[in-house]
Amino acid sequence: MLITRKVEFSASHVCRIPQLSDDENRSVYGLAANPHGHNYVVEVSLEGTPDPVTGMVLDLKELKEILERQVVAPYDHRFLNYEVPPFDRVVPTAENIARDIWQRLENHVSGERSRLHAVRVYETPDLFVDYFGEQPCSA
Amino acid sequence: MFRVTRRYEFPASHRLHSPKLSENENQRIYGKCNNPYGHGHNYVVEISVRGPIDEATGRAVDPAALDGLVEREILKPLGHSDLNRDAAFQQVVPTTENLAVEIRRRLAVNWSKIFPGAWPKLEKIRIVETPRNIFEIEAT
Repeated sequence: MLITRKVEFSASHVCRIPQLSDDENRSVYGLAANPHGHNYVVEVSLEGTPDPVTGMVLDLKELKEILERQVVAPYDHRFLNYEVPPFDRVVPTAENIARDIWQRLENHVSGERSRLHAVRVYETPDLFVDYFGEQPCSA
Repeated sequence: MFRVTRRYEFPASHRLHSPKLSENENQRIYGKCNNPYGHGHNYVVEISVRGPIDEATGRAVDPAALDGLVEREILKPLGHSDLNRDAAFQQVVPTTENLAVEIRRRLAVNWSKIFPGAWPKLEKIRIVETPRNIFEIEAT
């Protein structure tokens, strides 16, 4: 069974590879090479079996608190490149944000009954990324 | 593994009517979707692509490349059009099921011109015909 909790944060970022020139960065990232921001929406899904007594995989209230602590507190109203490691050295694309959120959560939500299944990051309503962990891509 | 989904929208009209069925059967099967002058929708098309991340750029797909492909093959030819007049819908009824199959076909035929490598791969197409009618098709 999958359970999902959604949180939002607002942050600014710039997609830029330091070794490339401004023109090269613009050709790789387009407008995202300019500093700008988003209202990010994050959906975190856990896979698990409900506890026979409580009927819950993981108390969503507890998941909410974990997400607040591990994701919203460090990310919200920050400039990711300057204030939120690892984005001082990793380009803060939606893919890298999803992977970083996965790493921040994995140990906190995995237990006897649940494990992290997917992290979805909406950069805008028209672009979102799902990350399923470090599994190899099968053809 | 990453899945990147991009959401597009285009308006078009269609009429559900099969020449293989009688007038009465068409009316019975398709109801108001069979009304003679057709009707329209704002089709929302979500295209999902999967692949590994390119560690240099931090991306699994170049969204501008995908946008260009979708613009040229889907949004421009089908946007503000009457689907029943499109060559793809002369033999099949332009239901949203068949529209999904046609969109998949157009993307698949042109995919390797835009993405010549092993990745990213087209994963699925999801069409929201109206907020209550949603259709999803796997790429393979």
